[in-house]
Amino acid sequence: MRDYIIRRILVVIPLLFAISLLSFFIMQLSPGSYLDDLRMNPDISEELIRKMEADFGLDQNIFIQYFSWLKEILQGNLGESFTYRIPVAQIIGSRLFNTLLLSAAAMLISWGIAIPIGIYSAVHRYSFLDNIFSVFSFIGLSIPNFFFALLLLFSIVRFDIPLPINGMTSIMYDYMSPMEKVIDILKHLLVPAVVLGTAGTASLMRQMRGQMLDVINKDYIRTARAKGLKEKKVIYKHAFRNAINPMITIFGFQLSSLFSGAALTEIVTGWPGLGRMMLTAVRSKDLYLAMAGMMMGSLMLIIGNLAADILLALNDSRIKYQ
Amino acid sequence: MQHKLKLDDQIKVNSTKTLWQKNLARLLKNKFALIAAVIIFLLYFLAIFAPFFAPYSSTKNFKNKFFHPPTKIHFTDENGLTSPYIYGTEVKEGWAEYEINKEKKYPIKFFQQGDSYQFLGVFESNIHLFGVEADQPIFILGSDNYGRDLFTRILYGGRVSLFIGFIAIFITTFIGLIMGGISGYYGGFIDSVIMRAVEVIMSIPSFYLLLALAAVLPLDLSSAFRFFLIVSILAFQGWAGMARVIRGMVLSVKSEDYIAAAKALGADDKRIILKHILPSTATYVIIRATVAIPGYIIMESGLSFIGLGIQEPSASWGNMLSAAQNITKISDFPWLLLPGLFIFITVLSYNILGDGLRDALDPKS
Repeated sequence: MRDYIIRRILVVIPLLFAISLLSFFIMQLSPGSYLDDLRMNPDISEELIRKMEADFGLDQNIFIQYFSWLKEILQGNLGESFTYRIPVAQIIGSRLFNTLLLSAAAMLISWGIAIPIGIYSAVHRYSFLDNIFSVFSFIGLSIPNFFFALLLLFSIVRFDIPLPINGMTSIMYDYMSPMEKVIDILKHLLVPAVVLGTAGTASLMRQMRGQMLDVINKDYIRTARAKGLKEKKVIYKHAFRNAINPMITIFGFQLSSLFSGAALTEIVTGWPGLGRMMLTAVRSKDLYLAMAGMMMGSLMLIIGNLAADILLALNDSRIKYQ
Repeated sequence: MQHKLKLDDQIKVNSTKTLWQKNLARLLKNKFALIAAVIIFLLYFLAIFAPFFAPYSSTKNFKNKFFHPPTKIHFTDENGLTSPYIYGTEVKEGWAEYEINKEKKYPIKFFQQGDSYQFLGVFESNIHLFGVEADQPIFILGSDNYGRDLFTRILYGGRVSLFIGFIAIFITTFIGLIMGGISGYYGGFIDSVIMRAVEVIMSIPSFYLLLALAAVLPLDLSSAFRFFLIVSILAFQGWAGMARVIRGMVLSVKSEDYIAAAKALGADDKRIILKHILPSTATYVIIRATVAIPGYIIMESGLSFIGLGIQEPSASWGNMLSAAQNITKISDFPWLLLPGLFIFITVLSYNILGDGLRDALDPKS
């Protein structure tokens, strides 16, 4: 097992290298550079632009640019953002934290709702409520995140619900007590987390229902019933514990898909996460910031997949990894 | 004798039904899937014949009619039921507020002559399904910030949004089948090269990759070319997952006896891959395609929504929604959210159809 994990981690290194190569050249394919806008500005002298070009390393050949970027990043230097003029590491840390916070909240919502509903639906299969839940899960699966976010924002404004509609903090944030600060952030978190959470709930609910149905038809459940256990005990002690096992692996995969899914939601709700940062970075051709975002997102995705595989291995002793 | 004949007939009847006919029959039994299929068909029909069903051309704008609410259609007047008509509206003092002028009625005319259009690039026509006299526009779903008819643009936008998924899945499937087929069949070096490429693409968050690729496109492309490039981007991102699964299936099929038989009979690689291996993946491919199309529709609308996809003045459901990004606009003009409803209905129908297809084609599950 330990060897397997070590080998999986070693594979990540060339993978990240290939990802960086691909993303760097895609980024360089886009026409123009960050400096083009500045060139239009008559207040900025030609010399200054040339100096900035040299500072950012944009005057060199693409391959040299790539390798100097690679050299820096291997030494832990992510470069400097063109637009913000501060080290990329400073920006990306808080953005990554925000996205992880949002993802965690979304997961909490989706697991909190999906597991009980999944159990109920499986136990009361084809009942009225089960059908209603399946209809809802179809709707949840089909509604694009950004459209759902727009609908929520629309109803907040229309019905004067006292919730913020944009960003992560209110204007008065700096003057708040720590407790108020937490509440303020939670209020801002609500809409994006609900949007992402319901998107996850829909599929999770169906999977939980399926797993539970599989288990309920097993012999040992019949045995448990036959020996006269209470139905509650049969469901929660025998069926649920076995049905939840495979769900653990879904957790890892969810972690990776949340990242992509979060981007549009962040953009619509103004949540200052990694996805929103990527959009502005790509748009303004802020090369090193976009590269860092790309690498960070990929790293998270790889870690998510790795975690899923390891959890699967730990959870299911039938699976042997060499 | 009589009895035996009957039995033979019965066998005949049963055996004339091919596997696919049986699958189809099973699918038709699923009412929800059937309704979903009809809705999808209707949406495509409306989009293809958009110039006819839409009262205006997609770029026609009415001055002083921006953010016009949906026009109310009246079916009754003081004498009871009449043919449908609308009242004219005039702009009030203030911003995008309209007053109904009850003095003059504008009857809705069917097969009305209006903006001329080219249909399928061949026929020229100016007949629209419905319309009113030229000076009074009819906005059955309201108008947008340029005073363009939302209904018209939804139909034209459907051409982009509906077909982008369709074409993208076609290309994705094609590439995925070839790459997965080659990778699984030949194995060895070529297999590891293809699979490493697949891993790289699948390890980048899909939306980030789309974002970076879409930013590559210059803004001054013709809309047809841009459409094509966006499809390519979606396919570039999407083929990897397909190839990986096809490879797995090919690997398991490869060791079957009938492949060995075909080899023994002297069939070449091309024939074995195309005639023996790939057909066995057909069920999976069809299900996967149906399930993946809505994903592409959502991705396209997402890209267009943030301004990196289809550009104005071309319409797509995503870029129409971007007008609703401003929160004051959606609270004042909620009809701007309607394109999202169309995305939702399309995706929902595809999901239901995909679910039905899975049940019909894969009785094991």
